Amino acid sequence: MNIDWLLTHSPALLIAIPLLAAFLTPLIDRVSRRARDAFVIAVLIAAEIIMVILAWDVFTVGTHIYTMGASSTAATIPAHAAVPIRIVLEVDGMGAFMGLISATVSLAAGLYSLAFVKKETGQGRYYTLLLLMLVGMFGMEFTGDIFNMFVFLEVLSIASAALIAFRFYHGDAVEGAFKYCVISSLGALMVLFAIGLLYGQYNLLNIAALAGVMKYTTLDRIALVMLVAAFAMKCGAVPMHMWTPDSYTVAPAPITAMLVAASQASLYALFRICFSLYGLTLDVTTMGIIIISLGLLSMFVGVTMALPQKDIKRLMSYHAVSQTGYMLLGVGVGLYLLGKSDFDTYGMAAMEGGIFHIINHALYKGLLFLTAGAIFYKVKTRNLNEMGGLAHSMKYTTIFFMIGALAIAGIPPFNGFASKLLIYESAYHVSPILSIIAMLVSIITLASFVKVFHSAFMGPPMENTEAGEVPKSMIIGMAVLAAGIILFGLFPGWVVSNIVHPAAQALASQAGYIGAVTGGGV
Amino acid sequence: MIYNIPFFAVILLIAVGMYAVIFKRNLIKIAIGITIVESGVNLFLITLGYREGGVAPIYTNLPSGVILPGGMVLPIPQALTLTSIVIGVAILALMLSFIIRIYQYYGTLDSRKVRRLKE
Amino acid sequence: MSDENGEGLSPIVKVISSMLFPFIMIFSFYVIMHGHLTPGGGFQGGAIGASAVVMLIVAFGARHTERRAGEEKLSAFESIGGTVFVVVALFGFIMAATFMSNFLVGTSVFGEIPPFGSNPGILNTGGILPILNFAVGMKVIGGLSAVVLAMALVSREDD
Repeated sequence: MNIDWLLTHSPALLIAIPLLAAFLTPLIDRVSRRARDAFVIAVLIAAEIIMVILAWDVFTVGTHIYTMGASSTAATIPAHAAVPIRIVLEVDGMGAFMGLISATVSLAAGLYSLAFVKKETGQGRYYTLLLLMLVGMFGMEFTGDIFNMFVFLEVLSIASAALIAFRFYHGDAVEGAFKYCVISSLGALMVLFAIGLLYGQYNLLNIAALAGVMKYTTLDRIALVMLVAAFAMKCGAVPMHMWTPDSYTVAPAPITAMLVAASQASLYALFRICFSLYGLTLDVTTMGIIIISLGLLSMFVGVTMALPQKDIKRLMSYHAVSQTGYMLLGVGVGLYLLGKSDFDTYGMAAMEGGIFHIINHALYKGLLFLTAGAIFYKVKTRNLNEMGGLAHSMKYTTIFFMIGALAIAGIPPFNGFASKLLIYESAYHVSPILSIIAMLVSIITLASFVKVFHSAFMGPPMENTEAGEVPKSMIIGMAVLAAGIILFGLFPGWVVSNIVHPAAQALASQAGYIGAVTGGGV
Repeated sequence: MIYNIPFFAVILLIAVGMYAVIFKRNLIKIAIGITIVESGVNLFLITLGYREGGVAPIYTNLPSGVILPGGMVLPIPQALTLTSIVIGVAILALMLSFIIRIYQYYGTLDSRKVRRLKE
Repeated sequence: MSDENGEGLSPIVKVISSMLFPFIMIFSFYVIMHGHLTPGGGFQGGAIGASAVVMLIVAFGARHTERRAGEEKLSAFESIGGTVFVVVALFGFIMAATFMSNFLVGTSVFGEIPPFGSNPGILNTGGILPILNFAVGMKVIGGLSAVVLAMALVSREDD
């Protein structure tokens, strides 16, 4: 049971341990509630620790390959076959990066939920579904098999839909969950159709093996369009963003933070399809322009629809749509320049900006949603007109909200500034209009958060507020994310060179991805 | 030509299902529409595995005179389809539970009257 | 048409469905355990078992079935099935090399290696597959029955 054994088996352990915990939680819940709380937090902390160890090893040494059910973890291609036939988990830099995001956001949401859902019924099922969401996220980020990615996408969608409707006594929660369920199942069926198209031509399901034999026929183009449309729909890009405000608003606040991390997992799947499955066989100019346009539309539509909102969580969910546009813009510029000579100078910087923005967005958007939940916990309303003067009684929440709002607007020394600066500088070289629109969106973001801060926290207190601060476990949950924001803001250079750069390199190099599976890996 | 008829059926099923999801107002008809689309995609996956003159890929009591293993249809699409059917059952159960709750809260199943979350 | 509680169907239906219930469960168990030889397996056999429980719900009424095999017990049954699945897959670490590896091939428990080609179907083969099928069957029976029972109870509250 030493570190080497843990490192070799960690991709499978990270999926198996939360899955086992998810099945054990209803049994433990029948015994005692405090045992269940302690058990869930222990599993989340264990998943975080194993993820940090795995990520540190992947960033310094190389890709980890795990063949499920074989005689050794690196035996991807059996002796009598020419292609991988088992399910292969491949954790490269980008997968480990996304795994860090999922583990951290789940830990913060789990700690926060201890006090947030204490008075509701059905808590055992809540924690079971929370752990199943974590399993779905880890599964999507670690797998190297395209059908396995579909299965974990569905696990994630079903668990999220059930959790959005957690407060079933409010009618609009169930309505939002129904809309989410319809749209996510249509998207997943499109993904399955595309997988069928790819399987029917090449008789392979492994992403690395498919990338090796991919010829860009007409059916492959249809499959690419369906996959990009479905995954863009799942991560909330305009024009398929209609479900995002409805479901983010009505879910309980920690679940909204996890939904943000789930959207990032779908964004990861989109990038994996474009960069590793198709790579340079697709027409990178056209595809890059398409992704850049999706990014620009999302940024602009998201932030302009956020300005007139009166509901605090609806406003924040439109901002989530807009920030997804930044990530699509950054990585889209990288895809546009892939294979050209400019890639090593501007393209890699743009990709690093987009990828760094993923983890920044998960941290500060999660923190903002958790503070909105804290406000809802005290004031029992989400309408900005009915709250005021909360800075007098909720000091910690005010500080966390200020940290989150300054980070999302891109003010130094918080982490939003570092990633946005990378995106501005590198997108400028492709076309100056991209940087101008990005900066304009950033200014409007700051304006809307000043509006929220003023109406929620400043001014005289209203009559319907209870005095005092939110319970300790909620503060600890928010502090976990706030610590991440401050650390990433103070040391962006270290973060970019040690964490983001290996992820961007792993994403951009398709040959490395294929070679890890066919060569046997670490 | 006759071996392409299942693909036409797939397109017909997906078209009927998408029509029901987009244009129908009753929530239960939307749920039925999603199930029809899912049936279409499952049919597509099974049809991919067909090999002409093949038998079922089961070794138990195999009829004699079958060339092994080329005379069997492909088994992997059948495993993919089974997984998809299970996922479809779970989604259908979830959507029907949501519809029961929406009916209890709003008293109607018309999707235009249920749209409280606007803008 | 109904008994003193006003729920359930007539006594003829109740007697015949309670006589048929063990046979349907045996058939479901047969389909689950022969999953590695004939068409079938965990989900298919589990769905047959769940439809047996649904037949009881229709014949006896939801409240009566809730008293006998309540939702809590079905939920616990489902969780045990899921736990057995992951624990057996985790045993792959300890006994052999990787997660979910087939460590029972060659041993005496489900471990025979069948000959290549047509054979009359030897039950003792398959390694860990029959155990995983059984765990999935438990989970499906518990899960689908609990879902239909919960829906029947919720719809009952309107009356």
